[in-house]
Amino acid sequence: MLEVSGLVKRFGGFTAVNSVSFKVDQGEILGLIGPNGSGKSTIFNMLSGTLAPTAGSIMFAGSEIGGLAPHRIINGGIGRTFQIPRPFRRLTIFENVALAGFYGQGRHSRAKAEESAERALAMVGLPTDRHASVDGLGAAGLKKLELAKALATGPKLLLADESLGGLDEAEMDQAADMLRRIRDDLGITIIWVEHIMGVLMRVVDRVMVLDHGEKISEGLPSAVASDPRVIEVYLGTDAETTQAAAAEARRRAGG
Amino acid sequence: MKGQGQFAAWIVGLAALIVLPFVYRDPYHLHILVLVLIWSFAYTSWSMMGRFGLVSLGHGGFMGIGAYVTALLWNHVGLSPWIGIPISMVAAGALALIVGYPCFRFRITGHYFVLVTLALSGIVLQVITATRDWTGGSLGYTPNRASSNKWLALQFDDKTTWYLIALGIWLAGIVIWHWVDRSMSRYALEAISEDEDAAAAAGVDVTAEKLKITLISALMTALAGAIYCQYQMFITPDTVSGISVSLQMVFAAIVGGLYVSLGPTIGAIITILLAETLRIGFGTKAVGWDNLVYGLLLVLFIIFLPKGILGSVLDRLKPQRKVSPSS
Repeated sequence: MLEVSGLVKRFGGFTAVNSVSFKVDQGEILGLIGPNGSGKSTIFNMLSGTLAPTAGSIMFAGSEIGGLAPHRIINGGIGRTFQIPRPFRRLTIFENVALAGFYGQGRHSRAKAEESAERALAMVGLPTDRHASVDGLGAAGLKKLELAKALATGPKLLLADESLGGLDEAEMDQAADMLRRIRDDLGITIIWVEHIMGVLMRVVDRVMVLDHGEKISEGLPSAVASDPRVIEVYLGTDAETTQAAAAEARRRAGG
Repeated sequence: MKGQGQFAAWIVGLAALIVLPFVYRDPYHLHILVLVLIWSFAYTSWSMMGRFGLVSLGHGGFMGIGAYVTALLWNHVGLSPWIGIPISMVAAGALALIVGYPCFRFRITGHYFVLVTLALSGIVLQVITATRDWTGGSLGYTPNRASSNKWLALQFDDKTTWYLIALGIWLAGIVIWHWVDRSMSRYALEAISEDEDAAAAAGVDVTAEKLKITLISALMTALAGAIYCQYQMFITPDTVSGISVSLQMVFAAIVGGLYVSLGPTIGAIITILLAETLRIGFGTKAVGWDNLVYGLLLVLFIIFLPKGILGSVLDRLKPQRKVSPSS
């Protein structure tokens, strides 16, 4: 359903994403992990149109979407959440989601938009009351709203950006279950970017690991977790690997 | 129930406003009312954008184009304002799109947007002043008096006719305000004013939505300028264009209340009463004082009463209103 090949993003002299290629199949949940600054969010921003790729191609449902304006990509069937929830505080919860339902699905009719808003709110477990204010939501509620907005745009592919940051353990499990239900019940394919590996590994079908803008490993969660390169760059915390990473960083900066 | 009550109140208020000039005929007071209605419409036009954080100081330019293009076409080409006004509106709309598109496409927002639009008002004023052979420059301009068909020339001598025309246009402005307020575009524009990226991620075409509201606002403002010109039969660059007119719009809309439909109308009542009081009380000694007072009040309002007079009053009333139906 999604085929990314040779994707590159440079900011001036800095290469944030360096020739990354991957595929996502219909109905799959792909986990995308990597340390801070490894290029996960940059890839997300290119997939959703917030950034234009420097080079490479993004084929979605048979057509090239790299460099298209965000609203076109959203209308084409890709929905996204943001790492830090970005609700519209001047609108009610319902209006936030109805807006996404209206503009995310080709601006058909208000009634249809409100219907998809109700469905999305029910799916994530937020009240469908029309007057509830965003200000009444806590961290978990804001994440749910973020997800409801993305769902209301009617995506075939959902880009979920670190949706568990700032939640407690019970809330994390709930959120992970919800992503799985979104896939199982609605048939939506998901790419999930996450810092917290434990929960992610339980839910995803496949994992891709990024480091310094490059793909270093990809495969089943169990295989990736025992891949020595992954352990080294992502999980390695002892002095030796840290020093190696620092040396590597210097080498890259110098070169 | 509440909706019906409100609707009834509007009908009664409107009926009273329509009957007024037939009962009350003091020409000076009617004159003030016509001015209030025309300027209310202009301020409402500005607030269409302003309420979504699109603070334009270019609206003096649109108003000037509405007034001058209509008058020039009448005097030089003999084109009736019935055709001249739509042409002037199209001209203002085209200019709004030309200035708006690059601003919105390249994300010129906030203070930078204010500066770009500020330049627009300045340029229109300069052009009117510089082409004095045609426009009379800073001395002002008068549309030729029509000898025969007053309707064709849109020139009327009696205040009652003008009052009714101004009332109709003012009402149209209020209706358009409510139409936008109830549309999905309002959601989109509120979202855009908070976070453009998040709005785009919800599927909103940010540039197109901003252009749409800018176009509506500019067309309405040009109409206000043209009607003002037809009513006063005398315009100068300073009264219908330029930065001071733009600032006056910002002031009136904010003081009256940006987020309620009648806010700009309240703003017009205040600005015009203030200007008239200063004019009658102090005469030529007080020229320019109103601008000083505007500036001072604007600062005070932004700090202490950001929702404006009407907005704040309605907020006060709200909690009491909500108690009964919700339980």
